[in-house]
Amino acid sequence: MINKLFGKKIGMTSFFLEEGKSVPVTVLKIGPCVVVQKKTREKEGYNALQIGYGPKKEGRVNRPLKGHFKAVGDRCFSQLREVRVEDPGAFQLGDEIRSDVFTIGESVHVRGLSKGRGFSGVVKRWGFSGGKATHGSRSHRIPGSIGACATPGRVQKGRKMPGRMGNQNVTIKNLKVVDVRPEMDLVLVKGAVPGATNSFLEICKANAGV
Amino acid sequence: MNIMEALEKEQMRVDIPDFRSGDTVRVHAKIKEGEKERIQVFQGVVIRRRKGNTGATFTVRKVSYGIGVERIFPLHSPVIDKVEVLTRGRVRRGRLYYLRNLRGKAARIKEKRT
Repeated sequence: MINKLFGKKIGMTSFFLEEGKSVPVTVLKIGPCVVVQKKTREKEGYNALQIGYGPKKEGRVNRPLKGHFKAVGDRCFSQLREVRVEDPGAFQLGDEIRSDVFTIGESVHVRGLSKGRGFSGVVKRWGFSGGKATHGSRSHRIPGSIGACATPGRVQKGRKMPGRMGNQNVTIKNLKVVDVRPEMDLVLVKGAVPGATNSFLEICKANAGV
Repeated sequence: MNIMEALEKEQMRVDIPDFRSGDTVRVHAKIKEGEKERIQVFQGVVIRRRKGNTGATFTVRKVSYGIGVERIFPLHSPVIDKVEVLTRGRVRRGRLYYLRNLRGKAARIKEKRT
């Protein structure tokens, strides 16, 4: 049993459930997730699997990593992530873990890097309502007052202001799995997930913690 | 994008006949009442078709006991049992919202000559 896998976002569409309901879904492509190393309590102090994801040109891999990849044959990976498991003995080195780990109807957490929005104002970044658009108003998208006068004589820490937005790790919790297609390694979850199309995602079972 | 196209194609229904706004259709919709499933027929004029892959819809308008009723059906929904095209209408626009303001004889649509 493994609780977390890696994949990428393919896109969004609508999906008809059997009873005829149409739900918005995000299509996720899982894997290939290959077991590169097994970590055991005896050796490393904890039970985990090291998973390789995503192709990488062999020429781009340095020698120490190449030696590390030797255990799974001639495959190189762009990402190496660790996943805690109860029993690493159940897996073989070089095993490819497929999307059938997930079942229809269960909840998953999806973690990814959100789209970078650059230096954004308070309306976009914090949802401020901004000022009037017309009637002589000159405060269209400005934050307004950022504090009091001589007391305290400074701006409170944590004040919501313009700044860099996005490009952060975001976890969306408890997305329902609508459909699983093991033959194409697809998982369809209800709702949106962070990041752009083709961006790297961690998909983890909701009952297993983030 | 091939995966998306394949997924959407699989969702889309090919058994729905071709029709356009102005046509009179009879839509057989499945309705679930508790355990039982029955079919309800909704007959009227198509006043709008929205394009799209899986998200395509069409709106059917009928006048029931003097009250206009419009129903929006997702074109590819499994709720639709079948669609029968009764007549082809001759209309000059795609969205027939003007029918809402007309009643009786004025709200008729000429049949297309073939």
